[in-house]
Amino acid sequence: MFGFLKKSPAPNPTATDPAVAETVATSAAASWRQRLKSGLARTRAQFGGKLKTLFSRGKVDDELLEELEALLLTSDVGLDATEHLLYQLKMRAKRDKIDTPEAIQRALSETMYDLLLPLEEALDLSSHRPFIIMIAGVNGAGKTTSIGKLAKHFQAQGRSVLLAAGDTFRAAAREQLQTWGERNNVSVIAQQSGDPAAVIFDAIAAARARGIDIVLADTAGRLPTQLHLMDEIAKVRRVIQKADPTGPHETLLVLDATLGQNTLQQVMAFDKAIQVTGLVLTKLDGTAKGGMVAAIARQCPKPVRFIGVGEGIDDLRPFKARDFVDALFE
Amino acid sequence: MLDNLTQRLARVMKTLRGEARLTEANIGDALREVRLALLEADVALPAIKELIAAVREKAVGEEVIGSLSPGQALIGVVHRELTRLMGEAHSGLNLATQPPAIVLMAGLQGSGKTTTVGKLAKMLRETQKKKVLVVSCDVYRPAAIEQLKTVAGQAGADFFPSTATDKPVDIARNAVDWAKRHYHDVLLVDTAGRLAIDEAMMKEIADLHSAIKPIETLFVVDAMQGQDAINTARAFSEVLPLTGIILTKLDGDSRGGAALSVRHVTGRPIKYAGIGEKLTGIEAFHPERMASRILGMGDVLSLIEDARKGIDEEKALEFAKKMKSGKTFDLNDFKDQVGQVRKMGGLSSMMEKLPQQFAQAAGQLPAGGEEKAVARIEGIINSMTPAERTRPELLKATRKRRIALGAGVQVQEVNRLLKQFEQTQKMMKQFSRGGMAQLMRGIKGMLPGMR
Ligand SMILES: Nc1nc2c(ncn2[C@@H]2O[C@H](COP(=O)(O)OP(=O)(O)OP(=O)(O)O)[C@@H](O)[C@H]2O)c(=O)[nH]1
Ligand SMILES: Nc1nc2c(ncn2[C@@H]2O[C@H](COP(=O)(O)OP(=O)(O)OP(=O)(O)O)[C@@H](O)[C@H]2O)c(=O)[nH]1
Ligand SMILES: [Mg+2]
Ligand SMILES: [Mg+2]
Repeated sequence: MFGFLKKSPAPNPTATDPAVAETVATSAAASWRQRLKSGLARTRAQFGGKLKTLFSRGKVDDELLEELEALLLTSDVGLDATEHLLYQLKMRAKRDKIDTPEAIQRALSETMYDLLLPLEEALDLSSHRPFIIMIAGVNGAGKTTSIGKLAKHFQAQGRSVLLAAGDTFRAAAREQLQTWGERNNVSVIAQQSGDPAAVIFDAIAAARARGIDIVLADTAGRLPTQLHLMDEIAKVRRVIQKADPTGPHETLLVLDATLGQNTLQQVMAFDKAIQVTGLVLTKLDGTAKGGMVAAIARQCPKPVRFIGVGEGIDDLRPFKARDFVDALFE
Repeated sequence: MLDNLTQRLARVMKTLRGEARLTEANIGDALREVRLALLEADVALPAIKELIAAVREKAVGEEVIGSLSPGQALIGVVHRELTRLMGEAHSGLNLATQPPAIVLMAGLQGSGKTTTVGKLAKMLRETQKKKVLVVSCDVYRPAAIEQLKTVAGQAGADFFPSTATDKPVDIARNAVDWAKRHYHDVLLVDTAGRLAIDEAMMKEIADLHSAIKPIETLFVVDAMQGQDAINTARAFSEVLPLTGIILTKLDGDSRGGAALSVRHVTGRPIKYAGIGEKLTGIEAFHPERMASRILGMGDVLSLIEDARKGIDEEKALEFAKKMKSGKTFDLNDFKDQVGQVRKMGGLSSMMEKLPQQFAQAAGQLPAGGEEKAVARIEGIINSMTPAERTRPELLKATRKRRIALGAGVQVQEVNRLLKQFEQTQKMMKQFSRGGMAQLMRGIKGMLPGMR
């Protein structure tokens, strides 16, 4: 099936070497990449490590490609995206007459980069004030923690932040957010009431009165199978629109990178309920993979605004396709 | 292309049709489909290899008996092997020790440890009349201790206070001491979420374990976990002598392949399944149901089995496929479905095939009078033109009046039917994503008083 690869005469160096492509790096950027890499160390060990043993065999054959397929699949890339990547790789290999394992690795890395690049799109906060960000996701994905990190991130950019304790269901969810508020020295709007929409509505009014730049609204975790809870969060979104017809200005879906194929269903279901405009990918410091991003890029692309690489307040990074792929294939 | 195993195999089955015996040659393609289905279900590759090898060994030479097709015979073998690998039927917590029986929780961040402590506490109190103490050794996550305190209150269990400035080992030792002096039967010890690669944190929990010597050490794992579940479980089991596994968030629509991965590396029994956020959301683990779920044929397969008694299999498969697609579901299908449900022994017998919590929920649905209702629905739909049946949106007031007249019913009845149809159609869409179990969860979601 991949027999054509064997006939190719010489490796083609046109595939950009990622390390070369990334020429200028300030010391800040370097330490940034260092942290991302250490966060993704596990990913690298798993993915890159296996790749190395694969490619050190020195020849490109069906067996190599089958192992490559298995490798992508075991990295949570999913069947569809894996098939796509291997097909693209095949085309690239044919076109560029690639026949060494090293060149194949570069080509696969470039193919992955091509797939992920469209997801790299930073959040533009300048359009509205207050800029209302609604945060949603399944149980335990890392919503509340990400809000804590985002508050720090936005404040470091000189913007004022207010938090809304929209999780009125889970035990001590409010207290958890309040602690993040204290750590960031920002106000947290909370109520004793059980209505998330009312809390967030209040928070928007408060932000407007105080001239705050950004409202981060937490919500309770929910699984897409809980249809009534999906209705509830759709209502939260409608109430935000009532408070500000232009809002919410960003609807962030928080995804746990250690989860598997179900992630796709999450993106689709939340998108349907609340029109997701961006993703946050958490726990990338722990998962051995992160390949589900490729599946998302294929089947329901949404910009990945940030990634989470730890439990600390500073463990948040913007998503950079190049760094992500580098860390994956290095 | 991301169809479930039933549909995958339906294709392969065609080529297998008419063979009397499963052979190395004729199951090759089918096993490849099984492998893909398991990958889609997030089962880790090494666990898949083990399963496929076992299936191949058991299947080859097996005679295709009776009315079964070779494909069905193979599914049977796969299902049996998978059930075997999922472990024995339910085994509860082992509390047979000098009280207090100490239970230590371990797992990744956000897997559901704290919530599960609450669920276990409530269960032990209510079903076994145990005096339960709970304690949090999570000195890291904001409000983690507060969360356990709230949950303990909800469960009616005693709460041993701790603060974020204490050392986890000290907290646990003091709690054991307290439990002894206050004659608690069980002490549940909650811990912080941790990554398997975090050496300091893994050492911490190992130390905690040797300090309090729990009789149960439970690994709490999210059913939505991906391929990495196998590495995580291996790492935890290398550091801790795990005694059991708790699989959480099974109320979602994940296929739950992580269960097999975790079983594969730890060999420990899966003791309970988390099926909701509330403290009542826990049930005994059912290996056989889990096997069906992972294979993605879920309850559809047993429904097909049932259906074979009443309707022919082709039609059932066709029906399952249609349900899967969701899009084309129109009033004709609705009528068919209603008729088939009748043949299959009514809604209530269908419900018995579903996991307990859904059956419970379904039990609250209006029962009885099905025959009459079915006849009436058929009558109304029969009064519609073919165009109306395929495009229900055509049905405005005048047409509805005409139909009501034709079927000899009130217009309200036509409206009610259309509403039922819409709801079913909506649920079919759900079904197209998550299978029968999810469809039932949809019904559950529509019932009052449930979160
Ligand atoms: N290692 C790691 N842990 C994280 C990351 N983000 C969040 N966590 C941890 O994951 C767990 C769950 O995080 P939360 O922020 O409470 O998640 P949530 O989505 O708000 O959870 P619910 O509100 O209960 O649905 C906590 O223990 C966090 O510390 C991350 O990027 N890396
Ligand atoms: N739907 C559903 N949600 C669950 C289940 N078990 C736990 N949860 C939810 O998952 C989220 C995380 O649960 P926790 O009990 O806080 O998890 P944890 O492992 O203690 O988290 P950390 O202490 O942060 O590591 C919460 O929102 C829970 O309500 C379950 O079986 N089903
Ligand atoms: Mg939260
Ligand atoms: Mg906890």
